[in-house]
Amino acid sequence: MMETDLLEPPRRTFYQKYEAQILGGVSVIVVLALWQWAWSVGRETPTSDDDIISPLFFTGPSQVVERFFAEWREGRLKSDMAYSGTNFVIGVGLAITSGVVTGVIIGWYRRLAMIFEPFLTALYSTPRVALIPLVLIWFGIGMWSKVFIVFINAFFPVLINTIGGVKAIDRDLLRAARAFCASDRQIFTTVVIPGAVPFILTGVRQAVSLGLIGVVVGEMFGGSEGIGFMVNYGGQTFQTDTVFLGVVIIASAGITLTWFAERLERHFSRWRPER
Amino acid sequence: MNKLEIDRLTKRYYVERDGRQVLALTDVSLSVADGEFMAIVGPSGCGKTTLLNIVAGLLPYELGTVSIDGRRVDGPGVDRAVVFQHSSLLPWRTVAGNVRYGMELQKRFDAATLRDRTDHFIRLVGLAGFERHYPSELSGGMQQRVNLARALAADPMALLMDEPFAALDAQTREHMQAELLKIWSEARKTVLFITHQINEAVYLADRVAVMSGRPGRVKGVFEVPFERPRSLSLKREARFLQVEDAIWRLVEDKGIAESTNVRIDEFEPQSKSVNS
Repeated sequence: MMETDLLEPPRRTFYQKYEAQILGGVSVIVVLALWQWAWSVGRETPTSDDDIISPLFFTGPSQVVERFFAEWREGRLKSDMAYSGTNFVIGVGLAITSGVVTGVIIGWYRRLAMIFEPFLTALYSTPRVALIPLVLIWFGIGMWSKVFIVFINAFFPVLINTIGGVKAIDRDLLRAARAFCASDRQIFTTVVIPGAVPFILTGVRQAVSLGLIGVVVGEMFGGSEGIGFMVNYGGQTFQTDTVFLGVVIIASAGITLTWFAERLERHFSRWRPER
Repeated sequence: MNKLEIDRLTKRYYVERDGRQVLALTDVSLSVADGEFMAIVGPSGCGKTTLLNIVAGLLPYELGTVSIDGRRVDGPGVDRAVVFQHSSLLPWRTVAGNVRYGMELQKRFDAATLRDRTDHFIRLVGLAGFERHYPSELSGGMQQRVNLARALAADPMALLMDEPFAALDAQTREHMQAELLKIWSEARKTVLFITHQINEAVYLADRVAVMSGRPGRVKGVFEVPFERPRSLSLKREARFLQVEDAIWRLVEDKGIAESTNVRIDEFEPQSKSVNS
């Protein structure tokens, strides 16, 4: 009845092992190459008095990379990234801490849940963008209005998931703890809180991607700093390669952050109650 | 001396939906002697789990009394430990962490004792080497071993077992039954064992109480005459099947069984020792 590991894992070739990564990587490279080719061919074909592809509307990968180094040397890009990054970290950080704390309290006390439910439902179903003018009135167009926009984007998924996690407490575990004379405090720390962790991490993953949206949207509504501003300004002044560069930076940040959040979530998924 | 005394226990439920009153247990009297292994069999829905939950202190009761060592049961206590049907292990704790859990909650042992007892009971249930595994990495049978070790490690006077092997496959179940007897012969706790499997009850117990369904009542108590230690082959012997059959007939309400090997006790508390 004890499991033994007598069977060796079947041998797989390098390709079999990394099939997903290889196919995905190749497809990205092919698309980039096609893009680069279309762009350079389009630019170098003098049909009429102008190029087919105008740099006002379109750009190529090499151009975006060039732009990146130019902006980086200039120093503007670094400070924009630092500005957006700081706003993101503060906003999401505040959202996670306050979301977890209020979520645990609301989830644990049934009456509080009843009292707060109508407000939460109303705020949760309102698109957060609709609140931005109000945020600007309250906080101005400085850094703290950006942080607050990130915060209201990221707060609700953490809150809602934490409440759900605390409520989803496993009845069997509760019964076992009670049978061993657990106090309410012991039940809270040994059953309720660890049981809510996987749910909280689902909230964190959602908070990360919504917080990123908050950063970009917030900077488009005024101010003069950050990657979101850079994209918006680039668009208004027809600097297409700047717009692309901004989009690529935001996308990379999104991919990296989501990847980490997913890893974290998956690692703790076995804490979920079975069934 | 009787360890566990249940006297004219009656338990009512209110069905919330229509305010109806349901009688789950009526006039249940049972007594279990110190160190005795008592099994309770009955059809599903006969209230046997309700009975165990009351003895465990997890359900309140109004009519009748339940007492352990002469003290009225009024909530969970360190004198009892429960082995649940679903292993109810904390998925974020290792085997060792789960075995330690009950002792941690009860705070009766110092750190060194706690460590020793954890090791000891992991070894006793045959899980040495699996201390650092998580429940999700264990088979159902192994999870129930952890469940059992957790209960034993808390050092209860009475062990309450709620169909602990019901979710296991037939072969694992047989194996676990034999293992339980071996562990019990070392630990010698008073045991109240709930099951719906008559042969499991007969194989394990000193006495078997038969309950009827709706409302739950004790129909009769059989004394199991087999000497210990018992091997699994006992289950294939004619005398075993005879006892099993007699209990079956009572469960199915076809009258009182008559067999030379079986004595039927009425509901009166009895103090006759059955350990040979």
